[in-house]
This record gives sequence, structure tokens and C-alpha cells, in this order.
Amino acid sequence: MAAITPRQRTGWLTANFVVIALALIPVLWLVSLSFKTPTAVLDPSFIPSQWTWGNYHGILTSSQFLRPLLNSIGIGIIATVIAVVLASMAAYAIARLQFPGKSVLIGMALLIAMFPLIALVTPLFTIERALGLFNTWPGLIIPYVAFGLPLGIYTLSAFFREIPWELEKAAKMDGATPFQAFIRVIAPLAAPGMVTTGILVFLACWNDFLLAISFTSTIAARTAPAAMQYFSGGSVFTVPTGPISAAAVVITIPIIIFVLFFQRRIVAGLTSGAVKG
Amino acid sequence: MSTTTPAVTTKPTPAHAARKAKPQLSEGARAERRLGFLLIAPAVIVMIAVTAYPVVYAVFLSLERYNLALPQDTKFIGFANYGAVLSSPFWWQALWVTLIITVFSVSITLVLGMLLAMVLHRTLFARGTVRTTSLIPYGIVTVAAAYSWQYAWTPSQGYLSAAFNNSAPLTSQVQAIIVIIIAEIWKTTPFMGLLLLAGLSLVPEDLQKAAKVDGATGWQRFTKITLPLMKPAILVALLFRTLDSFRIFDNIYILTGGSNGTGSVSILGYDNLFSALNLGIGSAISILIFICVAIIAVIFIKGFGTAAPGTALGKR
Repeated sequence: MAAITPRQRTGWLTANFVVIALALIPVLWLVSLSFKTPTAVLDPSFIPSQWTWGNYHGILTSSQFLRPLLNSIGIGIIATVIAVVLASMAAYAIARLQFPGKSVLIGMALLIAMFPLIALVTPLFTIERALGLFNTWPGLIIPYVAFGLPLGIYTLSAFFREIPWELEKAAKMDGATPFQAFIRVIAPLAAPGMVTTGILVFLACWNDFLLAISFTSTIAARTAPAAMQYFSGGSVFTVPTGPISAAAVVITIPIIIFVLFFQRRIVAGLTSGAVKG
Repeated sequence: MSTTTPAVTTKPTPAHAARKAKPQLSEGARAERRLGFLLIAPAVIVMIAVTAYPVVYAVFLSLERYNLALPQDTKFIGFANYGAVLSSPFWWQALWVTLIITVFSVSITLVLGMLLAMVLHRTLFARGTVRTTSLIPYGIVTVAAAYSWQYAWTPSQGYLSAAFNNSAPLTSQVQAIIVIIIAEIWKTTPFMGLLLLAGLSLVPEDLQKAAKVDGATGWQRFTKITLPLMKPAILVALLFRTLDSFRIFDNIYILTGGSNGTGSVSILGYDNLFSALNLGIGSAISILIFICVAIIAVIFIKGFGTAAPGTALGKR
């Protein structure tokens, strides 16, 4: 790429502009709707004719949104931490240790990653009702951990393979047990991979809708994406477009923060398993 | 002194040899094995408890007449639930809708994802900004994006509806399916693009240059060099996008709720459980979806050969 002709320059600028516009327009539309007053919502223009903070004020003072938001954050964080810890242990074993049944484990993780979630909803619904897990935090955390694990095991074993063997050997020579070698030497080196995996698993939990509407019945455990459809407008005759849009913007903010700060890591995590295998 | 020294130096050698030999495991190898099992055990237990056991249980439920509204009427009825599902026009319509959405959204996503990968790979300006922005559709909660599309297509309120003569596409089957496909494409193109970008960066630059010197056009270079070298990356991306698209639920649930013949197989399974409360039929649908997914996976792996499982995993 020695010299850039003006034509090339315009071409790439246009291509970039098209990508950015296509990615952002639906998001900006939500932002616009969230600032519209109930009457301005009836106007299809992108710039609100009347601005209001009312939608945000409404949802952020209502337990119908705050409690599900808290559920989303709590369930997401707990499930992510458990999934990353368990996946790290398994990925370490896969990347570093010799033991039979390794390929069975990888095959099993692959199968679960491809699994049609709906096929599990019916039996899990029955099981959760029988065990009293229905409409509780653990009732969502446990399946989220299970579905975060395949993602975590793949991403982490790709990361773990990059860590130099010799350091672990050196630690063992110095008298460390394999477990100590893991905690003291490998874990700190693996931390970036674990952060990346954590972000991907958290995004998956944060995004889930099917399990969240299937295994909850009240705001005790309902997460934010599942709670939005139960919002009501200011009166029986107003549709809750504004509040729903504001809620959609609020649950999108953490994603934008993640993307801005961890862009490289997310890309590395998404593609590590696919390319290196 | 002189007799003990050789003993000390030779001692590690047999131990080392035993470690290499297959049938007899040394203490160290056995400890390693034990640690390996210990480390994978928690993950395996959770995965089995949440997936394998429920699947077996679903097979069992699918052979029973079991309606939550009439629990006392529960009884073993063999394959009657499967017969009921497979002879129902609703199942076949849902299957067709799912297949149409899958085929169109995945193939268009592949083309657009390839274009996005090219832009990300070759662009000379603001590469980071473009990459960051294109991650937003990947990360955004599907439900939030679905509301955006729904409101955009609401007559007299939405910008897209206004742009298309105040149309109401979500009320007609074909148009609603097109809207659902657009929403899917918007959400999944970045993921496809990033996977393809990773494959694209493995194509050696020298090869491109050599072909250019030999007088190959841009299109020839793309079809003769880039595409063949990217085949494994493309197949992996396609397999996971296809399986992911086949289980489409969120977008349809928010956009149409499955009305006007727009429901996917996942929507059908959900409705049978939570509207009809029919666990037997719901489980039979679950097992049938599972079989469909297995068939798709087998077709991909057999048909394309190179895309062996274990090379990647699906991220939603």
C-alpha cells in the first residue's frame, strides 16, 4: 500500500461510513425514541420534536425495571465468575495435562455449544419446578454456567496453549506441586484470557431471553430483557414505546462500554477458538 | 562416596523412561491423570446435569401424555406425540419458516460478512473505529435491537415504515419474515465478519502480489486464491451461523410473536409449553428440533469434510 490515490481514499471512506451508519442507525433510533414524549413518539422523524427525560425517570424509579436490572447484573456476574473458574480448570487440563477422555470432553462442549436451547426448556422447566429452582436466581445461574462453559473451555484452552510450558516446569523444579504451578504461575499469565472469556460469557448471559422468560414468573428473578415486555404506558391508551426504548438503551450501555474498552480482547476471544482450533 | 554417586545420577533415568512408556504409568503420570480428571470434573458435572440429563428426561416426557392443566391424566402413550406433531400443519409451517429464515439470513450474512471482513482488513483509515462500531450489533441485546426494528416498522411512527409509504410489514407473513431476516442479518453480520477476517488474515500477502504480477484481476484473485484458502474459516462460520439461526427465537418473539404464520420451530415449542401447557407435545417438538440440528451438523461435516468439529465453537 504505497501511494493512496484520491479515488481509493474516497472509496474507503465511503465503505467505512456505510459500515458505521448501518451498525449505528437502529441503535440511534432507540436513543431517539427514548427521549421522545408520548406525543412525539407518533412522529417518525429521527430528531424528537419534543424532548423529555421522563422515560428514563419513569423506568429508573420503577421496581418493574430496577429489580430486573439488578437481577440481570447479579445473575450475569455470578454465572460468569463460576463459568470462568470451572472453564479455566478444564481448559488448563486440556491444554497441559495428559489424560484419557480429552476428545470426549471437547466433543461434549461442542455439542452443547450447538444445542438448540428450546430443546432444553421443556425438561428444565419441569425439573426446576420440582426442585424449587423455578423463578429463583440459581434457576437461571445454573443453566447460564452450563452454556457459558463450552464457550469458556474453547476460548481459554486456545489462550492457555500460548502460555510458555517452561515456566510451569521451572516452578515444578523449584518444588511447586502441579496445583501450585497452576495458581502461582499459570493463572496470572492466563488472566487476560480469563478476562476476555468473562466478557464473552457475561455478554451471552446479559443477552439471553429464552431462558429468562421461561424460568421466571415475577420480578424476583426476571432479568431486564425479559421484563421489558411487561412495561405499561402512562395510561391504558398509551403504548409503552418510550419506557421500553429507554430500558433498551440502559441495557445497551454496558455493551458499548465493554466494546469501547475491550474491543481487541473481544475480537481475539471470538476468533481464537475458530482459527487456532 | 564414590559408589553412591553413580546411583544418584542414574536414578532419574528409569523414572523418566517409565513416564514415556505407555502401559505402565509412573507415579507422576498417574498424578497428572488424577489432576486432569479433578480439574474437568466440575465443568463436566454441570454440563451433564443441565444438558444430558434433561435431554434424556425430554425423551421420556415426549412419550407421555402430559398436560400441566390435566396432570391426573398423565400416561405413557408411546410415539403418539410425535405422530401428532408430524401430522400437524403447524409443525411443517414452523419448520419451513425456520428453514427459509436460516437459508436467507445465513447466505446474505455470509456475503455481507465477507464484505465487512474486506473493509476491516483493507481499509486505510479509522480501522479501529470501524471495528469498534461493528461490534455493537454483535453485543447488543437481541431483544433491544428487536424493539428498535419493531418500532421502526410501526406505521406512522417508524422511520422505515415512513420511508416505505407508511407500510405495516409486520402484519403480513412474507413481509414480516423479510423484516425478521433483516433483523437477523444486522445482528449477526459482525460476528461472521470477524470470523472471516481472522481467516482472511491467514491468506499470505505474497500470494496475492504474485498473482497480481501474473496479471490476475481482483475478482480472479478473490475467487482463485482468497476463497480457497479461506474455505475452513468460511465453513466453520457457516456451520455455527446455520445452527444458531435455526434456533431463532428472540427476534420473532418481539417482532411478531409468531402471529400470521411467522413462528419458528422454537416459537412453536415455547407456545406448546407456556400457552398450551402441554409438556408431552412440547418435549416431542424439542426432540424433533434436536434431530433437525443434528442432521444439519452431519450434512455440514460430511458434505464439506474439512470443517471437522473441534476447530471452533459457536458464539452467540
